Amino acid sequence: MNAEAVLKKTDALRVSSRFLINVKEKAIEALLLFAALTSVAITVGIVGILVYESFGFFRHISLLDFLTDTQWTPLFSDPHYGILPLVSGTVVTTAVALLVAVPMGSLIAIYLSEYASRGVREIIKPALELLSAVPTVVYGYFALLFVTPALQKLWPELPSFNMLSAGLVIGIMIVPYVSSVSEDAMRAVPVHLREGAFALGATRMQTALRVVFPSALSGITAAYVLGISRAIGETMVVAIAAGMQPTLTWNPLEPAATMTAYIVQVSLGDLPHGSVGYQTIFATGLTLLLMTLVFNIAGHVLKKRYRQVY
Amino acid sequence: MFLKNDIDKSIDAARVRGRIAQSQLRDRLFSVAGLVVMAVASFVLLALLLQLAYDGIGRVSWKFFTSYPSRFPSQAGILSAWIGTVLVMFLTALTAIPLGIGAAIYLEEYAPKNWLTDLIEINITNLAGVPSIVYGLMALGLLVYEFHLGQSFLTAGLTLAMLILPMVIIATREALRAVPPQILEASFALGATKWQTIRDHVVPYSMGGILTGIILSLSRAVGETAPLLTVGALSFIAFLPNPPLTSEFPFISIQWLFDPFTVMPIQMFNWVSRPQEEFHINAAAAGVILMLMTLAMNALAITVRARFRRRIHW
Repeated sequence: MNAEAVLKKTDALRVSSRFLINVKEKAIEALLLFAALTSVAITVGIVGILVYESFGFFRHISLLDFLTDTQWTPLFSDPHYGILPLVSGTVVTTAVALLVAVPMGSLIAIYLSEYASRGVREIIKPALELLSAVPTVVYGYFALLFVTPALQKLWPELPSFNMLSAGLVIGIMIVPYVSSVSEDAMRAVPVHLREGAFALGATRMQTALRVVFPSALSGITAAYVLGISRAIGETMVVAIAAGMQPTLTWNPLEPAATMTAYIVQVSLGDLPHGSVGYQTIFATGLTLLLMTLVFNIAGHVLKKRYRQVY
Repeated sequence: MFLKNDIDKSIDAARVRGRIAQSQLRDRLFSVAGLVVMAVASFVLLALLLQLAYDGIGRVSWKFFTSYPSRFPSQAGILSAWIGTVLVMFLTALTAIPLGIGAAIYLEEYAPKNWLTDLIEINITNLAGVPSIVYGLMALGLLVYEFHLGQSFLTAGLTLAMLILPMVIIATREALRAVPPQILEASFALGATKWQTIRDHVVPYSMGGILTGIILSLSRAVGETAPLLTVGALSFIAFLPNPPLTSEFPFISIQWLFDPFTVMPIQMFNWVSRPQEEFHINAAAAGVILMLMTLAMNALAITVRARFRRRIHW
């Protein structure tokens, strides 16, 4: 009789403690889900505020003017709101950066994946990572006070703010990014393809260039595309070394502001909240976000593809 | 007849041999080109570090750390900047670490296969590619003006936390994924609940990777300039924020959260964008300190990774 009561009691206890544990488990899961959802909230915040403020901007300025006007002078007494000069600055610096980063990044990736021994790789990869760990403001300093003076020894007429040195430095900055993604792509190429090439008497270079590189092409393109998106969004180097004057030019030897540099320039001043000038940086930011988004999505699609082939 | 054939053969052999030698030479040249490119990259890094050290090291002194910025370059220092960096990093870490680890655990261990999970995943990959200055714009529009947090430490800390959140999540997920599933199964078999398994096994075993990721993300945040410029960092702050610890009850004050802020990279940017050469020297000195901070954090990350790797054998 007594024993039965005790048993019943412990049974009840067990049930209630299991219930408590279940509640706790569920609560924790809900908390973790909340943490994961904050990242979605950030995106909603970014897109929401950019679209909202740009909407205010486009109530004053027509989209057609924004896309076709060749002058960007929002703070002048005769304001023009054509994004083209800022886009040209961004395109030129990005192109210069790619001219540096694509060959260097690809060669380094080929070397690391096809030639280097394990030991060499273990030394070189952290050194390359260090390149991407340098703060961008330090790169800006380097571009303005080392690269530009060095280039001026070659071209004495080069202005002290120019897109060339900013682009070169951004290129160096994104080399590790390009090389690590392309190296991953090349290492994902199965060994038997290489062995087939070697068996036919190909050298390592022939194997690398004619077998591995084409097989990994979509992954390598992804690396370039992600590099482009990095270069477009880079801010401090261009703000410091390329000048702040929006100019519609395709000549890298000239100074010109990029979209990012313009945002910095406005932020340094004191524009009243809600004015058209304040809204311009959001319209510029939205353009920037859309450009990088296109490249990022293209990059990720390409990256997924090389994973699926084998 | 036979003779002619033999001659043909030997000519062929010579030609083939020549071709082999040629492609071997090309192969070697190619590998040299790879080495040269890497040498160029290292040279640039070296040039950058040396130039910075050469310009700036003479300015680094005790006084440089204990002085406020000033109109006179020789009296200017980084007191408000380095204290600002420490405080902003504290807030960033406080926000980004729990959120990042939580989100990573959810995605790796709990998330069911459904549209919500897919949405979160796609969202994180895309967030990681958003330019940092766009985070600054968002913080300016939302935190500063909509939520009225002002151009303050709190805004700065939250901005950088949002910026590094995707990095923390991605690194943590990678670390969690490295824990073999047998460990989880063994723990479940002994009657542990899911959370107990994660708390007592998965997270401790992947601590090395998680810590490495967090340190590297924070080192990125230390050097971030653009988003904080957008939010409205001041580059000329000749006073310190309200102290976080007070002598009166309750001993902790949150007043400093709402004070105007500056950080190291902002101070450096301000000095480098002035025309006077003396300020460039100050910029270089600030750059030296900033580089030392990031290098130290990177070195710490490498040590942590090596240590944990040595300790764990699956």
